[in-house]
Amino acid sequence: MNDVALPTRHADDRLGPGGCASVPVVHERGQREVFCGLTAIVWLHRKIQDAFFLIVGSRTCAHLMQSAAGVMIFAEPRFATAIIDERDLAGLADANEELDRLVARLVSRRPDIKLLFLVGSCPSEVIKLDLGRAAQRLDRRLAPSVRVLHYSGSGIETTFTQGEDACLAALVPELPRAERGERSLLVVGALAEAVEDQFQRLFAEMGLREVAFLPPRRAGALPAVGPRTRFLLAQPYLAETARRLEERGASRLDAPFPLGVEGTVGWLHAAAAACNVAPEALERAIAAPRRRAEVALAPHRARLAGKRIFFFPDSQLEVPLARFCANELGMVPIEIGTPYLHREHLAADLALLPPGVRITEGQHVERQLDRCRAARPDLTVCGLGLANPLEAEGLTTKWSIELVFTPIQGFDQAGDLAGLFARPFARREALAV
Amino acid sequence: MHLAVWTYEGPPHVGAMRIAAAMRGVHYVLHAPQGDTYADLLFTMIERSKTRPPVTYTTFQARDLGSDTADLFRAALRDAYDRFRPEAILVGASCTAELIQDDPGGLASGMGLPVPVVPLELPAYQRKENWGASETFYRLVRTFAGRNASPPGSARPARHPTDRPRCNILGPTALGFRHRDDVKEVTGLLERLGVEVNVVAPLGASPADLERLGEAEMNIVLYPEIAAQAASWLARTFGQKTIRTVPIGVGATRAFIAEVVEAAGLDATHLLNAEESRLPWYSRSVDSTYLTGKRVFIFGDATHAIAAARVASTELGFAVVGLGTYSREFARDVREAAAQYGAEPLITDDYLEVEAKVAELQPELVLGTQMERHIAKRLGIPCAVISAPVHVQDFPARYSPQMGFEGANVLFDTWVHPLMMGLEEHLLGMFREDFEFHDAAAPSHLGHAPKPRETAAGARQAPAPSPAPVAAETGWTAEAERELAKIPFFVRGKARRNTERFAAERGITRITIETLYDAKAHFSR
Repeated sequence: MNDVALPTRHADDRLGPGGCASVPVVHERGQREVFCGLTAIVWLHRKIQDAFFLIVGSRTCAHLMQSAAGVMIFAEPRFATAIIDERDLAGLADANEELDRLVARLVSRRPDIKLLFLVGSCPSEVIKLDLGRAAQRLDRRLAPSVRVLHYSGSGIETTFTQGEDACLAALVPELPRAERGERSLLVVGALAEAVEDQFQRLFAEMGLREVAFLPPRRAGALPAVGPRTRFLLAQPYLAETARRLEERGASRLDAPFPLGVEGTVGWLHAAAAACNVAPEALERAIAAPRRRAEVALAPHRARLAGKRIFFFPDSQLEVPLARFCANELGMVPIEIGTPYLHREHLAADLALLPPGVRITEGQHVERQLDRCRAARPDLTVCGLGLANPLEAEGLTTKWSIELVFTPIQGFDQAGDLAGLFARPFARREALAV
Repeated sequence: MHLAVWTYEGPPHVGAMRIAAAMRGVHYVLHAPQGDTYADLLFTMIERSKTRPPVTYTTFQARDLGSDTADLFRAALRDAYDRFRPEAILVGASCTAELIQDDPGGLASGMGLPVPVVPLELPAYQRKENWGASETFYRLVRTFAGRNASPPGSARPARHPTDRPRCNILGPTALGFRHRDDVKEVTGLLERLGVEVNVVAPLGASPADLERLGEAEMNIVLYPEIAAQAASWLARTFGQKTIRTVPIGVGATRAFIAEVVEAAGLDATHLLNAEESRLPWYSRSVDSTYLTGKRVFIFGDATHAIAAARVASTELGFAVVGLGTYSREFARDVREAAAQYGAEPLITDDYLEVEAKVAELQPELVLGTQMERHIAKRLGIPCAVISAPVHVQDFPARYSPQMGFEGANVLFDTWVHPLMMGLEEHLLGMFREDFEFHDAAAPSHLGHAPKPRETAAGARQAPAPSPAPVAAETGWTAEAERELAKIPFFVRGKARRNTERFAAERGITRITIETLYDAKAHFSR
């Protein structure tokens, strides 16, 4: 791993003609134990600080949100639910008038809101409430103080992190058109603030000044996009966002996701290659953080090497995480479950996976549990609905949602990411009760 | 449509899940879209259950809507039966499945499963969690206890003289606020009274246990929101007596004992004399004098709110200024209780309405749910939790009943803890410029690092409550504003409101120091 270009070249070798199509994937259907896209609001509302998320749905949607986020005590929550009731269903109330009334109440209560998302849910999609038009109407009414957009976070259409994809995709048409001129780089996907700052510094050292991030921290700071924009996905679940960016002329850079040293090197390399950064400049910029990351990884690798790991589907981060666990921690993936597999976006990561791993797309949770119990992996990555019950059966688990809520990308988080997998073992060893 | 920032209850199918998860041998097949499995977390994380709740979801997706979702349901039901082999199956729909109208009950009845299938009709756009739990429990009780019902009109046979009186404990569920420890406390109390517990349900009961419900001579309804409906059917069907007093607080526990012994024909004088809670002495000890007349706002489910009002008023000496519930089914009881304590009643499930009422009443303590903790944080008011909805910290490891004599001990500690302790409160009233102990700082026994004091001019506190910033219309002179700041912060909101009301009633437009003290004298009557 001394050669900067190694990981991506390695990837290209494996891809060859036909590329990642050669990786066999098992499709499974049945009960899916996953979150719906509404859950993404839990982190998006913290990322875009002057945005408000109004779910149009049922009491179930409201209940989901407060069960997920309500353990924090909010003085000013930045999300709410417009609960559809029987009068709306019976057609006794005009749903659009009702929505206008609620939004007026909300906006008068919260004058700090600059961006309002109307978020669709299963009930609103099934009854075909046109939130797109509602958003346009409200947007005209509330201009210029509040911008109103809409997307769907329903369970029938989106799984967990896809809620962020739908939200960012809704932002894409809002991005200002980039001026002609220098090439710009756009990093897409919500990242922890510290991680974003680290990447910003690394890009600057590579000589890249024109780097912007989507989503921005404030609704008013949307980055520009145009035919000379190159974008790097920081997250693997952004299919629709990428598609819309491409519609606006931007082009996506092929890269592994920036998890671990290998992923981060490959990711930065893709940026460097696309933006004409000299290899020496890239190597200079990343030499020190890369060494730090390798130092930080070593003790975790000693603990985790040889451990068998099983991923239940959750966030679409599973493939790059498994790649990191296998290649940098020496772990042995038994099964990688993912809710959806975007072969094109994950091509570089798939190519870096060790051969013979079982990848499953979709889920039949009972059968998957049977396989997991039969395999008795050393570590099972799964959602919170399964984690405690599996622990009670004697399996060691790592709850997967934490991987979405924790800064894990980039060199300086590689050790932390490994630590997330190591901690359940450390705990098992520490406890004598 | 209505705006819900927070919701006090989940949808009714979550109530049904709470019954299924509480029981043994019952499986619930729920027609629901992908994502509704979030409800599993309530059990595995908030209550820290070691097993998955016994629920199979169809988790349909958009692509399934084009094809036959009814087939999907049938397949899920068949799989669930084959895999889990329950003694009874509940079938129902979540809110989205209700819209696509597949009729789970009808589909299941045509499948010839070898165990009872209980269909649930839970209207998700009208009803809520507790109603769903109550309805589900009622359906199960009718199905299984009903098997042993005598013909209508037959009299209940008298108890054999050597037998101990027997009762059922009805209402505790999975995800109930302190249900685990309440059952233990009440069971112990009944044992000491010489009353045998026949069945506790739904918590820990199997369908076979429900078949035995008719054998007891009385039913103790611990949580009317869950079990009142089932108990009144049991009373009609088996001629059982119903114990309705909920033993939360010392007085209510004594009344509960009296009601049980009367129903069972026992003598409990010795027990009433021997049983003891520490609450009465703690509350009488001089350290508690400063609690007298503390203005408290109470909100929760009807059972816990009414019980809390009695304890607050008659056992701790607080002044109950507001009493409310989100349990509309019990609105009348709450209104009556509020009248009894001279408090304003509030029947609503709208969080914003509760927030506005708290802001208006400016209490010194809020006793409420997890949702009132948000309100109290916003308004800077101490708060303790007395009712669901609650979060993980209110499913504690330690023994923490709300009921019985030990429950009263728990209530005393929990409610007094968030209040500023006596000495600190006195000194704050006398010396206002201390750099460590000051208005904006939390009570020092709560252990937060003191916040640095705001600059002298900015010493005004209390974020203006959301609706109608009243102060903007009334003119406070600068001196009067400074004088107001000398009033201890926990009663300052009330003083501001009273003064403004006093001024408004008299057409005074400029509030001076004189107005402030005139109002103080006026309201001290």
